Amino acid sequence: MTRIDKNSSGGENAVTVRGMVKHYGETKALDGVDLDVREGTVMGVLGPNGAGKTTLVRILSTLLSPDAGQATVAGYDVLRQPRQLRRVIGLTGQYASVDEKLPGWENLYMIGRLLDLPRKDARARADELLERFSLTDAAKRPASTYSGGMRRRLDLAASMIGRPQVLFLDEPTTGLDPRTRNEVWDEVKAMVGDGVTVLLTTQYMEEAEQLASELTVVDRGKVIAGGGIEELKAKVGGRTLRVRPADPVQLRPLAAALDELGITGLATTTVDADSGTVLVPVLSDEQLTAVVSAVTARGITLSSITTELPSLDEVFLSLTGHRAGAPQDTVPADTREEVAV
Amino acid sequence: MSAATVTATASDARIPLRGHLRHTGALIRRNLLWIRQDPESMFDALLMPVVFTLLFVYVFGGSIGLALGGGQDGYVQYVIPGMIAMMSMTLSQGVGTGFSQDFNSGVMDRFRSLPIGRGSVLFAKITVELLRMLFATTVLMIVAVLVGFHIHHWGGLLAAVGLSAVFASSIMWVFLTLGVILKNAQSVQAMGFLVLFPLQFGSSIFAPTNSMPGWLQTFTDYNPLSTLADAARGLMVGGPVAHDLWVTLGWSVAITAIAAPYAIHKFRTKS
Repeated sequence: MTRIDKNSSGGENAVTVRGMVKHYGETKALDGVDLDVREGTVMGVLGPNGAGKTTLVRILSTLLSPDAGQATVAGYDVLRQPRQLRRVIGLTGQYASVDEKLPGWENLYMIGRLLDLPRKDARARADELLERFSLTDAAKRPASTYSGGMRRRLDLAASMIGRPQVLFLDEPTTGLDPRTRNEVWDEVKAMVGDGVTVLLTTQYMEEAEQLASELTVVDRGKVIAGGGIEELKAKVGGRTLRVRPADPVQLRPLAAALDELGITGLATTTVDADSGTVLVPVLSDEQLTAVVSAVTARGITLSSITTELPSLDEVFLSLTGHRAGAPQDTVPADTREEVAV
Repeated sequence: MSAATVTATASDARIPLRGHLRHTGALIRRNLLWIRQDPESMFDALLMPVVFTLLFVYVFGGSIGLALGGGQDGYVQYVIPGMIAMMSMTLSQGVGTGFSQDFNSGVMDRFRSLPIGRGSVLFAKITVELLRMLFATTVLMIVAVLVGFHIHHWGGLLAAVGLSAVFASSIMWVFLTLGVILKNAQSVQAMGFLVLFPLQFGSSIFAPTNSMPGWLQTFTDYNPLSTLADAARGLMVGGPVAHDLWVTLGWSVAITAIAAPYAIHKFRTKS
């Protein structure tokens, strides 16, 4: 039994990764990754395309062997105990998918049988999960006729059949429209409520914020930042307020008023003339309140005020000084200084 | 997780035989459901025996039959056992293309992340393809009787079909390997044809080899499809069987012994 690490808080790690390396020829998909996911938490792995997120998930789910490093999932070594490990994980991803030609119910029943459930239990589990993921009406139709959201829900149901201890979700909402994405998020939240440990990869800060309690930011095979969501958000400049005056003529006076507040987060107050809005970076709720009072004091009427999370690009810019996935030297030195945290 | 539960699950690492059978059964069911969802996938097994039999009997049958000395009817008796051998090869290809599709659709990653033996996926595919082959052989024999083939004794016919199935299951490991190592189903099919065509036509399946040039005769003598066709002919129509039977079985064992472990290895290590 290999157990690499215990978390300092006393809770055990559901996933432990040490010095993970995987190269594809010249490309370093993973270049020495360390990662700890505590039991019962949701770890978000945030990074652009090609950062190595999928490679990591494939290694942890025994689909791929690393070139170096070690990892355990639910106490099992990925290299030495792959069979035991496969019994306690669920996988939903860009790659691992259901059989398109089979009806939804048949997909779930088949996986139940492959997980050694007796026929009766496999049937009951298939019915139960279809019900839970609102797919009962589509149970008999081939998965190829499902909408994007239904497909993802079936994928999630398939990965839940064996009541996994650790669930890997590899970009669960990539390619979905916002409404469907929210549906999938709700399902994932419900699954987390059941006590499953989740490792989630994503390209969206918003998704990480919705689902994850902790975040690991990866870029070109390396971990470049990690910690609690709030901690990281503060690090990358919190939120951006987008304030729209009811009368476009008041755009400049509004910007001037907000500029006077002297809030400097990641960037300074800027005017987005195209959309008729003023952008104010805020780090705290107090600053948000200050913005609202300043606007009220000037008697400016607003038509809308929205908060935006930093995009993946902004996160990367503030953490690394370069755009996501771009080589470091393409960003001029002065730009980097400006955004340094 | 307590030490006790860890030990308990660790002992489950070896999959018992019943487990293998259960997994293979679930996967066979899956492949059979494919056919129910998509009946067109049976068209090749249904039409190939009809089209090929009619083509060979009515296009070449007259002239080859004349040379054989038995006319078109004589050629029917000659070519039908050969057709059984040919179909065992052609339909074997399906395992390779089907496998390739599974890899590309991502469903194979799902299987490989489940605690099942890797062999189950391969065995299920082979079993279903053998069932398809039996179906095609049944169609072939119906057409054969309609164009004038005489079934002398059923035992011989069953033995010939059995021998073809044995040989086909060995060839399927080769196609499974192609399905694992080649990029997509089209490449598997293209590569399959390159392998199949010389073996099928450079054999005694469609015509006796005695008019072929010497170097080609050497090839056809060692070609397992020739020995399979000749053995089937002996079993179904009469004539010497033993030598061809043993050579065919020898080939089957040799091909399986090399290709099966290789296919399983490639399947295990494919990333």
